[in-house]
Amino acid sequence: MSNTAKRAWRVIDDRLGISKALKPLMSHKVPKQSKWAYVFGTATLFSFVLQVVTGVVLATTYVPSTENAYSTLKYIDNQALLGHVVRGLHYFGASAMIMFIGIHMLQAYMYASYKYPREANWLTGVVLLMLTLTMGFTGQLLRWDQIAYWSVNIAARQAARVPWIGLRLEHFVFAGDHIGGATLTHFYDLHVFIIPALIIMVVGVHLYLVIYHGISAPPKAGQPVDPSTERKKYEQIIKKDGVPFWPDAAWRDALFGSLVVAAVVALAFTIGPPQLSKPPDPTLLNAYPRPDWYLLWYFAVLAMSPHKLENYIIILGPALIFGSMFLLPFFFNKGERAISKRPWAIGWIVIIVLGVCTLWYEGRVAPWSPRFEAQPLPESVYAASGPAAHRGAVLFHDKGCEYCHQIQGHGGLRGPNLSDVANRMTEEQMTIRILGGGHNMPAFAGILHPDQMNDILAFLKTLRMRPGPSLNTPHQ
Amino acid sequence: MTATDPSPEELTPLGRMRRDLLALISLGAGGIASLLFAAPVIGFLFSPLTKATPGRWQTVGKLDDFEIGKTGEVTLKDISAEKWGGPANTAAVWLRRDDQNAFTAFAVDCTHLGCPVRWIASAELFMCPCHGGVYYKDGAVAAGPPPHALQQYPSRVRDGLVQIEWVPLPNVARKRNCRDLVNIDV
Repeated sequence: MSNTAKRAWRVIDDRLGISKALKPLMSHKVPKQSKWAYVFGTATLFSFVLQVVTGVVLATTYVPSTENAYSTLKYIDNQALLGHVVRGLHYFGASAMIMFIGIHMLQAYMYASYKYPREANWLTGVVLLMLTLTMGFTGQLLRWDQIAYWSVNIAARQAARVPWIGLRLEHFVFAGDHIGGATLTHFYDLHVFIIPALIIMVVGVHLYLVIYHGISAPPKAGQPVDPSTERKKYEQIIKKDGVPFWPDAAWRDALFGSLVVAAVVALAFTIGPPQLSKPPDPTLLNAYPRPDWYLLWYFAVLAMSPHKLENYIIILGPALIFGSMFLLPFFFNKGERAISKRPWAIGWIVIIVLGVCTLWYEGRVAPWSPRFEAQPLPESVYAASGPAAHRGAVLFHDKGCEYCHQIQGHGGLRGPNLSDVANRMTEEQMTIRILGGGHNMPAFAGILHPDQMNDILAFLKTLRMRPGPSLNTPHQ
Repeated sequence: MTATDPSPEELTPLGRMRRDLLALISLGAGGIASLLFAAPVIGFLFSPLTKATPGRWQTVGKLDDFEIGKTGEVTLKDISAEKWGGPANTAAVWLRRDDQNAFTAFAVDCTHLGCPVRWIASAELFMCPCHGGVYYKDGAVAAGPPPHALQQYPSRVRDGLVQIEWVPLPNVARKRNCRDLVNIDV
């Protein structure tokens, strides 16, 4: 730097107080041992910054009206220069933010960083998790395509199940007593002004607390947290093993955060934004509402809950999950931090990770959804049988059986696979089941004529995959 | 605060009262101003809660357009007071002609969580694409998680025209607006 530049910097710094404000932040000591496990908070923050930037840019073109939102998105995707890349950045930025806030919280839980004196760090983190998930959901709604339209309806119906105030909540979701022009503008306001403002405030508090209490040192077994000595212990660690935050510790955050940004950019260019579904026209009834990937596991919860317990699961489930996250530091702010001394924590982590992954997979497959796209069974399935079985195979498609039952790889997954039903059931058993229905199966007594019933039975009796005794005499 | 300022302990009783009064004035004035400001803002923010769209009869077609025993989709228009709503101001209804003069108008919303049910004419079933709800042709639950039969809108025939009364939210929680003609528990 030339002398003039140095002098200029001194004048500016003197008037603005930049180094006085930043130096203590940059040079504050952090435990040397805090390494790669500590980068996920920054990765979440980096993703959030991406979201703010791409969100502001998208808002130059997006029109939040039920009449025009869809066409402005079509324009962004198909006509605007780099529009689909920017929307892709916003989508993968959101995905990254949700993924890393999840990993960050899991890491904080594993290291028991929520214990004294960092309880408020954890609590603000839980608030940020809730706000981030709300951003994800409201963001999907702003797409205002067919899926978004019906997702609003689904959200409102869930809200309506809350006792006493359900109807008010439903009104709140709709911004009225049904979906209308005000619905989208209210979600827009939430997604673009209210929640981001809250996130920025809470992130501010969260970061202040991180600096105020210092980054927690990685836990060691046999060194339980004792509030009366904990701060002293931390001071000793810092004295003995402390390194300045910048750049000794921050370089990992910077590097990992930059890799995240690079990955988001790469995905935005190669994969691009999620496709818009059909226009948000309530009279187009062939809809297939699904949440984005980060809420797909909850879609599975809604489909797989025992019907009688569903209200409790929809309402008490989230209350229990977030409630116990809030209560965690109040009840467990002392004691061992090392995961090897916290067997319950291991159990919870396994349950949470396996549970979310299983539900997520189920949500992707959605075996409970009828397969409306199922085509009539190919001739190979019934080629060797007589005309009655042939007619039965056609009815198997037309009467909707195939939407839920699979035969030799064709059809839905809701009910049992019928490829070898003749090995398992007698004609009488089949008749009773078809006419009377069953668990999750309609009764077809009022739908099938007797001769149609006979044709379907004739067809089903030919379905034997395994060699072995048939429970039915082969069809003549 | 400069070094010459007395700390609260050194204040005379009168000086302490003065400080308390100044604090009270600041907080009180700030509080009252905030309330005055917040009342209309919060009122407007929550005004959608007070919206109540009145029921309105709409013609959906001529009597002769509908075949007895058949179920088909009809469209309602301008259902909302928010005229700028565009397509969101329309709604679909599954309408079934039961006999010469009687119709049943089913809400398309699955009673489970509100996904649009499809009428599968050949199977005579309404099927939901989301969580596996199925209904018979009379709207009764046939399978899956729906807690309740499909909701119905009031319908009538006037001067050879078929009419449906649009009421918002054909919802389980709002039975008072919609008739529940079909069996509730399955």
